[in-house]
Amino acid sequence: MRLSASDLALSYGDLAVAESLSIEVPDGQISAVIGPNGSGKSTLLRALSRLLKPTGGEVILDGKTISAYSTREVARRLAILPQMPLTPESITVEELVAYGRFARRRLIGAMQDDDRRAIEWALEVTATTELRDRSVEQLSGGQRQRAWIALVLAQGTDLVLLDEPTTFLDIAFQLEVLELLRRLNEREGKTIVMVLHDVNAACEYSHHLFALREGKLIAQGHPRDVLTAELIRDVFGIDAHIVAHPSSGAPMCVPIAPANGGAVDSPPIARLTV
Amino acid sequence: MITASAVTSSVATRKHAPPPSVRLGALALACIAVALATLGVGAVRVEQPRAIEALFGHGTIDQVRIIRDYELPRILMAFLVGTGLAVSGTVCQSVLRNPLAAPDILGVVKGAALGVVFLLLVYPTAAVSYLPLAAFVGGLFAWAVVYLCAYRRGVTTPARLVLVGVAVTALCESIIRYVLIDQSQGIGTALVWLTGSLAATDMSRVWETSLWVAVIVPLVVACASRLDVIGLGDDLAHGLGVAVERTRWFTLLLAVLLASACVAVAGSMLFVGLIAPHIARRFVGSRHAVLLPAAAAVGTLMLLVADGVGRGADPPVELPAGMVTVAIGVPYFVYVLSRPL
Repeated sequence: MRLSASDLALSYGDLAVAESLSIEVPDGQISAVIGPNGSGKSTLLRALSRLLKPTGGEVILDGKTISAYSTREVARRLAILPQMPLTPESITVEELVAYGRFARRRLIGAMQDDDRRAIEWALEVTATTELRDRSVEQLSGGQRQRAWIALVLAQGTDLVLLDEPTTFLDIAFQLEVLELLRRLNEREGKTIVMVLHDVNAACEYSHHLFALREGKLIAQGHPRDVLTAELIRDVFGIDAHIVAHPSSGAPMCVPIAPANGGAVDSPPIARLTV
Repeated sequence: MITASAVTSSVATRKHAPPPSVRLGALALACIAVALATLGVGAVRVEQPRAIEALFGHGTIDQVRIIRDYELPRILMAFLVGTGLAVSGTVCQSVLRNPLAAPDILGVVKGAALGVVFLLLVYPTAAVSYLPLAAFVGGLFAWAVVYLCAYRRGVTTPARLVLVGVAVTALCESIIRYVLIDQSQGIGTALVWLTGSLAATDMSRVWETSLWVAVIVPLVVACASRLDVIGLGDDLAHGLGVAVERTRWFTLLLAVLLASACVAVAGSMLFVGLIAPHIARRFVGSRHAVLLPAAAAVGTLMLLVADGVGRGADPPVELPAGMVTVAIGVPYFVYVLSRPL
């Protein structure tokens, strides 16, 4: 196990998001973090990738506390794609993907062969090779998301963290991105941790679920073992049927509208403004 | 198999256009051509090709003196100040991720003006040669105030830096106005000087400024790939291995030093730092390894043209280059922005 967190206390300023959160990311698998808005999913991902310094506890990466690494060393071991990265003006897909080599390149000097190989591979595996000379600004939502994924893949790490990689995409593009992640896991052996809003997509595409509520780990394990009507009630505060996916057999959650049609009895949630 | 051209890549959407290196070369040639063309323009006109000959010491003593002592320093200064302001502006826009950012938004320019005004207030008889020093100290001081006020819990954010910068700029401006109203005598000199002009240039100023430019610009270029990555947002940049906060304060400090050094010798040529990076981006795209030199070339061109027009438009009266930059720069800038990419 290369990445784990023990006893994390996480907060933004005075707002506590989690008090004692421990998780172990299973190697070589796809893990999905689910939970309601404000449950600390993205915050956890940011702590795991050293974007956020925990106020207590520690994140362990390859046997060492992550704060002991330099920014560059972390980037050589772990890649993170945050939500909504910014697109610089007039930059091509290939230039964007080349930025992924930052941590591997010497300070001054031209690209080496392994840089070029990594960039070609990242373009190829995300099917963006034909888009290499296109401006990122002109890409469709799905193409753009593939370009962002190519960027973090060019980093060449076995650990890849993604924060809501399918948000703002229509279902066809969602499928495209999730299939890409599955291929990366199966063929390249990447360990993937992703935050997902879509519980069904999480069950279909992950080997391991982390269900969070209010900064606490409510349940974890294989979707087939943990996704129950009780869990959905506990975590999201709604009732749902759990059915099997007609073709894959993965569990799916079908929400039931409350009988009174009124407000859902949702758990109190600390809203974040970050 | 990858071809070299595919790796160096082309500017977005212009697949068959010349590569950035060719475009950079063209900009550099344009700078040299304009520099030679404006040689000899001014109150005492030296016709071409006499002017170029005089540069190499051929011709009458007067011609050689005019070209070498009077025109050459101005042209060299246009290269230095144009480069300095444009590079400084590029860094500000990239690090603050704000297309309207320029050194003046960080309080540097008004801080420099305030430094000069204070010097003249305390020592009304101060020699003109002390004005650059006062401007430099004032600019740096204003920047220190901005950075410290924007700093909270170990980080700054672009938005906070810009907001505090605007506030500090306004504060400096209002103090200058107060002093002006209170005792206008003598301060007028300072304000004329600060409108921006290359007129008061001599070789010793050129050497001083070239030292700053020669040290700082290479340091900025060494940060080019960091500046590229910072454009993707703080979180992603961090994830890709850039220590964002350290890069931010270091490159902004370089930008401020550069801008202060330029404002100190040439006054506030506000517009160059703001628009040269935009025009350069249209030419070569936004990768800093090519954008920085391109912006430097565009900034130099702007100042060469402005100074040349200022000298030649209505001799012997001379229009300050700072004014001409705006008069020519604004229409051209609007034209550039109105074209599709």
